[in-house]
Amino acid sequence: MSGFISILLTGLVFVIIYQIAKASEYATILRGEGKINARVNRTMALLLVLFFVLGMYGIWLCHDALIDKMLPISASQHGVEYDSMLLVTLVVTGVVFFITQTLLFWFAYRYQSTEKRTSFFFPHNNKLELIWTTVPAIAMAVLVAIGLRNWGKMTGAAPKDATVVEVVGKQFNWIVRYPGKDGVLGKRDFRKINDATNVLGLDWDDKDNKDDIIAQNGELHLVVNKPVSILIGSRDVIHDVGLPHFRMKMDAVPGIVTTLWFTPTITTAKMKEITGNKDFVYEISCDQMCGKGHYSMRGTVIVETQEEYDAWMAKQQTYYAANNAPAAAPAAEGTAAPEQKTDSVKAITMK
Amino acid sequence: MSDVIIQGTNVAHTHDAHGGHHGHEHHEQHFITKYIFSQDHKVIAKQFLITGIIWAIIGALMSVFFRLQLGFPNETFPIMEKFLGEWAKGGKLNPEFYYALVTMHGTILVFFVLTAGLSGTFANLLIPLQIGARDMASPFMNMLSYWFFFLSSIIMFVSLFIQTGPASGGWTTYPPLSALKEASLGSGLGMDLWLVSMALFVVSSLLGGLNYISTILNMRTKGMTMTRMPLTIWALLFTAILGVLSFPVLFSGFVLLIFDRNFGTSFYLSEIFIGGKALPHVGGSAILYQHLFWFLGHPEVYIIMLPGMGMASEVLSNHSRKPIFGYSAMIISMIGITVLAFVVWAHHMFVTGMSPFLGSIFVLLTLLIAVPSAVKVFNWLTTIWKGNIRFTVPMMFAIGFVSLFISGGLTGLFLGNSALDIHLHDTYFVIAHFHIVMGVSAFFGMFAGIYHWFPKMFGRFMNNTLGYIHFFITLAGAYLIFWPMHYEGIAGMPRRYYDYSAWESFKQFESLNSFISIAAVLVFFAQLIFVVNFFVSIFRGRKMTTQNPWGSPSLEWTTPINPGHGNWEGDIPEVHRWPYDYRDDGNGNDFISQTTPLKPGEEAH
Repeated sequence: MSGFISILLTGLVFVIIYQIAKASEYATILRGEGKINARVNRTMALLLVLFFVLGMYGIWLCHDALIDKMLPISASQHGVEYDSMLLVTLVVTGVVFFITQTLLFWFAYRYQSTEKRTSFFFPHNNKLELIWTTVPAIAMAVLVAIGLRNWGKMTGAAPKDATVVEVVGKQFNWIVRYPGKDGVLGKRDFRKINDATNVLGLDWDDKDNKDDIIAQNGELHLVVNKPVSILIGSRDVIHDVGLPHFRMKMDAVPGIVTTLWFTPTITTAKMKEITGNKDFVYEISCDQMCGKGHYSMRGTVIVETQEEYDAWMAKQQTYYAANNAPAAAPAAEGTAAPEQKTDSVKAITMK
Repeated sequence: MSDVIIQGTNVAHTHDAHGGHHGHEHHEQHFITKYIFSQDHKVIAKQFLITGIIWAIIGALMSVFFRLQLGFPNETFPIMEKFLGEWAKGGKLNPEFYYALVTMHGTILVFFVLTAGLSGTFANLLIPLQIGARDMASPFMNMLSYWFFFLSSIIMFVSLFIQTGPASGGWTTYPPLSALKEASLGSGLGMDLWLVSMALFVVSSLLGGLNYISTILNMRTKGMTMTRMPLTIWALLFTAILGVLSFPVLFSGFVLLIFDRNFGTSFYLSEIFIGGKALPHVGGSAILYQHLFWFLGHPEVYIIMLPGMGMASEVLSNHSRKPIFGYSAMIISMIGITVLAFVVWAHHMFVTGMSPFLGSIFVLLTLLIAVPSAVKVFNWLTTIWKGNIRFTVPMMFAIGFVSLFISGGLTGLFLGNSALDIHLHDTYFVIAHFHIVMGVSAFFGMFAGIYHWFPKMFGRFMNNTLGYIHFFITLAGAYLIFWPMHYEGIAGMPRRYYDYSAWESFKQFESLNSFISIAAVLVFFAQLIFVVNFFVSIFRGRKMTTQNPWGSPSLEWTTPINPGHGNWEGDIPEVHRWPYDYRDDGNGNDFISQTTPLKPGEEAH
């Protein structure tokens, strides 16, 4: 009831405002103004210019306040190129932005209607139009050229010596699989998945799986300055591996394997010093909406030196040993699903 | 087909011959046939507009709720519980419903407001009036178009109230999330209703679009050659063509999704383990849906933008008392945009695992769109250059439109370039980009159109003072909301998150998020000023006393102040010149109406 009354009251306030506005408008008309009140016209022209000036000042303020937070320092090799390309694009668009907005508001102010003014009949001018078709076209060609060069590098084949890691998304966390000593990820089949003993559905008939290591806490350990190629998969819906500090992103799509590669250049420890934040951690964000827990689908990346990595790796138990050594015999596999070539993961790693 | 249309024109001429004796305005019409199941394009336009406004209020209110959550994740808002009940128990928004709100906000604004509410309104209102036709090619189909939209609206509205909540997989509803009931609450009945509603919406859009195209091509009055049409009509023509060619593809995508959801097919599903068991689907492709969706989804952006571009062109020219600069260039650039709109869809999918080579082609095609867009901006700037500008409310909005179009358009160059998109994809940068360009900018085009043609619709003016207040709060507010979001996006902050406080990389934006939310709430209330102004002005606004209050050369202002069904009382006027003849007519006017014959020795433009 009180809600109803407050809505009614709000409505009433609006109607009163309307009536006042209307009365003031009639008053100006009675004062005998023309089609549009000259005073209003001048005021609006001024207000637009004022808006422009305040707007530009606001942009500066905003930039000043947020520049430090805007782009985290790039922690990968290609990230440096990414940042310089971002800067080039920012400058090009910034210049265009400033010029066009200035012209827009300046013209609006400069050519406001007055008693004496008549407009200039200027329906077209081929030369002008030709200029402002070609200039943007050239600018675009440059941006496309820079973009495609970088795009080719980023999405090209990973270096031969890259470490291979698999990251699989599920609602709502990340599972990381390391290939173990043999450096090869074994086959997996979604029909063999069992949340208790086989989260990724590894096929135990494939001996390559026996030494694979799985981290279910979403922690991805990487060695600094060593390229890493990440195979990305999903168990259920589409997710996305977002790595803001490495300027990388790739969807995790059920049924197919996607990949990305990069070379981390700064260790987590070093990054803590750089940012002055002792809690600093590289994060994997899920960037493709995946359900109600999407916002909490967080993984972390730990970039460390080779020694630290080796020490950590030595402590890990293989997933096979952890789940199959004591009591084997997975019951769910009784029906033995027909062998389908859905093991695209392996196909890729074997290449 | 052509027979029917020829017959349609003849019927119109019969009216002329009888001097309007048979004109519908002379019939005593029942309230229901006049205002509800009306076949008069002007009434249908108003129906689209008012339905659109109601949807816009609902959609905007949703954004207020989720902005409150984003800005103040640790607070509770008892008022939310009043509106949302169980979904905001104790005044704290439920994450499941947060996603439902985000999804519905997008669906409502993109489809129901900026597609149906925008081109439905202005195509209906302006096409017959500006080309000199008594009505649409098929008034009946036109009426059906509205009622299909209405039905679709009802279903979508009902879906808001069901127990499992409305669809919550994002307005793009990517499967498998949207295909599997186990994946989220909103993928249950809510998603079925969403699909049915959207399927009906496609029907409505096609009925309308076919009508607009055939009317423009066949029913122009004598002398109204294609190159004498106002740019609004050109824009609406291309909008309709885009819709007619791309909506069916979306429809097919929806049909496959309905099959996957209900009949066990595997178009989009493959190798999925969910809800504790492996599903039998193998061999489908989740990416296929994205291709089908964005094949409409990208042209949809231009379906939203083009009407605003057309109306802004008209308004800028009219209130600057100066012809639009580069009329042909404007048309050619719209053709360019229309054609390119069909071949850039995959720039929404650079990081889906699509072949990088294919990605490069889409980069090239995408950035090409910047060229016609730039031409349009420069032409608008030149249009107001050396004009004689009257800062009426529609003119203010048209200037705002250009400003926002520049700001939002330029950030497209970041996202269209895959090498930059790989970091910015699905971050707040995207939100900032498309809200400025196809959200606020398109709205500004729409507002310019509403304030400009309101007198034609209702025979009264909207209140100017409130109009100016509405304009400045909205323009400043829009920039305050969306400008800082670019920074969050460049920092990599993902969109569609319910809460950022657990994230080391993104929690630094907490106070900024509060700031944005406060601005969003203010802008929401500023829109209520518009709503009140609109509805009160229908009944109480200052009455129009002259036929042509803005001094416009185009045809719609040659109709009576309150035109009946059939638009012109006598013969349909004949057109002799283009619609932007802002020159001294020798009688003290600064424009020459399209109906004025050429003077001896004068050349047609």
